Amino acid sequence: MLIQRRTFLQTGTLAAASLMVPRFLQAMEGSTRVPPGNKVMVVLQLTGGNDGLNTVIPYRNDIYYRSRPGIGIRKENSLRLTDEAGLHASLPAFKSLYDEGSLGILNSVGYPEPDRSHFRSMDIWQTASRSDEYLQTGWLGRYLDLQCKDCAHPTQALEMDDVLSLALKGSDWNGIAVKDPGRLYQTSRSPLLDDLLKHHEQEHAEHTAAYLYKTLADTKNSAEYIFRHSRQFASGSYPATELGKSLKTIASLIFSDINTKVYYVSLGSFDTHIAQDAQQRRLFTEMNDAVHAFVNDLKKNNRFDDVMLVSFSEFGRRVAQNASGGTDHGTANNMFFIGGALKEKGILNVMPDLSKLDDGDLRYQVDFRQVYATLLDKWLGVAHSAILGESFTPLSFL
Amino acid sequence: MKINQNQNQHLAWRASFGPALQETLRIRQLKPRQLFDELKKASANPPADIEVVVNPPDSQTMGTISRDIPEEEKRKLRQQSREDIKNLNLRWLDEMVSSPAQLREKMAFFWHGHFACRSQNGYFQQLLLNDIRKNALGNFGDLLRAVSKSPAMINFLNNNQNRKGHPNENFAREVMELFTIGKGNYSEEDVKEAARSFTGWGANPQGEFVFRKFQHDAGEKNFLGRKGDFTGDDILDILLEQRATARFITAKMYRFFVNDEIDPQRIEQLSARFYQSGYNILSLLTEIYTSEWFYDPSNIGNRIKSPVELWVGMKRQLPMTLENESMQLVLQRLLGQILLYPPNVAGWPGGRNWIDGSSLLLRLRLPQVLQANTGFNIRPKSDDDQQMGRAAAPAGARGFGAKIDWGKFAAAFQQVKREDLLSTLRGFVLQSGTVPDEALLHRYTDQSGREAYISTLTISMMSCPEYQLC
Repeated sequence: MLIQRRTFLQTGTLAAASLMVPRFLQAMEGSTRVPPGNKVMVVLQLTGGNDGLNTVIPYRNDIYYRSRPGIGIRKENSLRLTDEAGLHASLPAFKSLYDEGSLGILNSVGYPEPDRSHFRSMDIWQTASRSDEYLQTGWLGRYLDLQCKDCAHPTQALEMDDVLSLALKGSDWNGIAVKDPGRLYQTSRSPLLDDLLKHHEQEHAEHTAAYLYKTLADTKNSAEYIFRHSRQFASGSYPATELGKSLKTIASLIFSDINTKVYYVSLGSFDTHIAQDAQQRRLFTEMNDAVHAFVNDLKKNNRFDDVMLVSFSEFGRRVAQNASGGTDHGTANNMFFIGGALKEKGILNVMPDLSKLDDGDLRYQVDFRQVYATLLDKWLGVAHSAILGESFTPLSFL
Repeated sequence: MKINQNQNQHLAWRASFGPALQETLRIRQLKPRQLFDELKKASANPPADIEVVVNPPDSQTMGTISRDIPEEEKRKLRQQSREDIKNLNLRWLDEMVSSPAQLREKMAFFWHGHFACRSQNGYFQQLLLNDIRKNALGNFGDLLRAVSKSPAMINFLNNNQNRKGHPNENFAREVMELFTIGKGNYSEEDVKEAARSFTGWGANPQGEFVFRKFQHDAGEKNFLGRKGDFTGDDILDILLEQRATARFITAKMYRFFVNDEIDPQRIEQLSARFYQSGYNILSLLTEIYTSEWFYDPSNIGNRIKSPVELWVGMKRQLPMTLENESMQLVLQRLLGQILLYPPNVAGWPGGRNWIDGSSLLLRLRLPQVLQANTGFNIRPKSDDDQQMGRAAAPAGARGFGAKIDWGKFAAAFQQVKREDLLSTLRGFVLQSGTVPDEALLHRYTDQSGREAYISTLTISMMSCPEYQLC
């Protein structure tokens, strides 16, 4: 039954593509396709530097309350995880995931010589570089380069946005930015461009124009492919927030047999220099409700075991609060892992040591690239060293 | 008569920001050499400073705003500085579009990417920009020294924190890796010793370079095989003595102005003469632009315009007014190149890096968006270094409010016969060797009148992938 549907789809793809893709590209149609039960990763970027200490609250720690007399969250105002730690009260769905064993929390993730500029630190996280090197490709872009050697659709990595992040830029391939599959599809349809593509048959492989035509053809082709898959299966009901809409689109694609392995989505801004409490609560509510709907949808469709949702932020915030009821840029931070197939769950390592700080900042205990290595090796099934340029020992939570 | 059109436009795209509408018919009658002489002449005089920010902000520099200033005042200072930088951006953009000193502004644009620097202080940005514009065609050594002592760069690469006994290696490392000799030509030891030599270099809040004698480590250093009680100036001199510096700069200029693909032999020859000339930038440019190989078809029309080059080039070709000038800032953000705001000290990577599916679709839509005066309906990513957590405004919806003066545009081609219009316009608009089919382009024109024909044809050609190339 499944095979039949696939065959049908492949024929459909070819028929549709022949209308808009130059002949030299059609040869690549229909090669890779994701087998059923295949794993996908959803990266949730908390833009702006989320305050990890008010997310997973160390409520047995006196230093925490001394450093944050105004904005420290009291034990009774948090959701209990362990004797030591509680979760921000706006994250009840995360608390349920914790209770059922579908949430992992990794503390003190960071990198040496931390940079406190949003842009630079985000670059470091997105390119997986050291803090003194500048890479022009992202870690997921390099994953795409490896995955997409001869694939028809460079849609293994999609970002739910209008503009593509560096994380998804490779040297041979780029991920695709698609906030709304219908709109991208409409934008990519233009009679003039279709005509130009049809006429551009000659292969000037060396010439830059050929590269532009190829990118254009790929984009049109992928836009159509994504749009078609986004309509194959309806997803459940989601909150009408940006993140809600994005996760709804992601779910509909996960339920289809699109070849996408990685989805990337951002929420922000968590840059809470002033009046942190209200801003964090608002964003966490959006995150909580959207993730809640997403998880329910996945479970209903028996796909929760195939999905790993990972959250990160470019840095955490300073331990001490500032004078405006907020916090300034810090260093190490926690990451969340949500999915039905975690090997280890709950709080995965020790809570941050607030007595050993570097100039008021947390010391990192886990290199974020070690986390990437774990996800690449154990979830996406590719050897991480080719992508990260170094070898790391994978962690055991997957 | 028009045999030189392609070559001259090639020169205009590379040595300047593209052919200007009012020049197009005239320049195709010149020899490329004559055109280059004109460009040189127009850039011969020292430029007038761009002055958008008149005074240094009282006594505060961004990043080092004194902690005792009330929060409200800090907020205002930051706000003012952001406004200053936006105005500086737009002002320089105008200069690129309409300055006769095209050779200088284009070269300044190259150095702006080479000496990539971020600063939230508009006044410091302005100082650095004017230093770069002043020295753009002069001596590379002078330029390097001016940039190294510029308060924006000193703050950006933390040399204010570089003190005897507590070295900060940031500037020492980048000056070698990115500004002069390049990776592989120095050791970690050299970085340490150079950092010691730069101790005491700082800038005061008024934007003046200061040498803090008591923070300087006057001891002996061992740098690139030489020994001495070097100062920062000595280190820069030693770096300029290295042939690797000439090679590094020449190769980077070649990639930017000639071809992404390096010809190693040519770089060797060019850089040897650049070195012998004592780093005379104009001599190197002259050698490139008057060579025969520069005009080889393999070097023409194969370079992807950067977002700023695309936009400025379009404005030089299409006479237009914008109701909403600041939309130009949104466009820079959407396409990934914001003047005065490079991604990091390594600058913009350029080339194919500019292109992904979404950026290409946006670039291809741009001419129609201008012509139809619609919005973009897309939103740039937020930037917390600038926005400090405030939500990004849903930019792009308003559009440019652009009015293209097609009457003026058509007038520039009034001597051209109707049957020659397509080839003349194609020659003006598109630089690539692979040009779209004539019959195809004709299908996307309005042939009801001469001006309608010219405008629809131009917009269609600007919507072709080839228009992304120069």
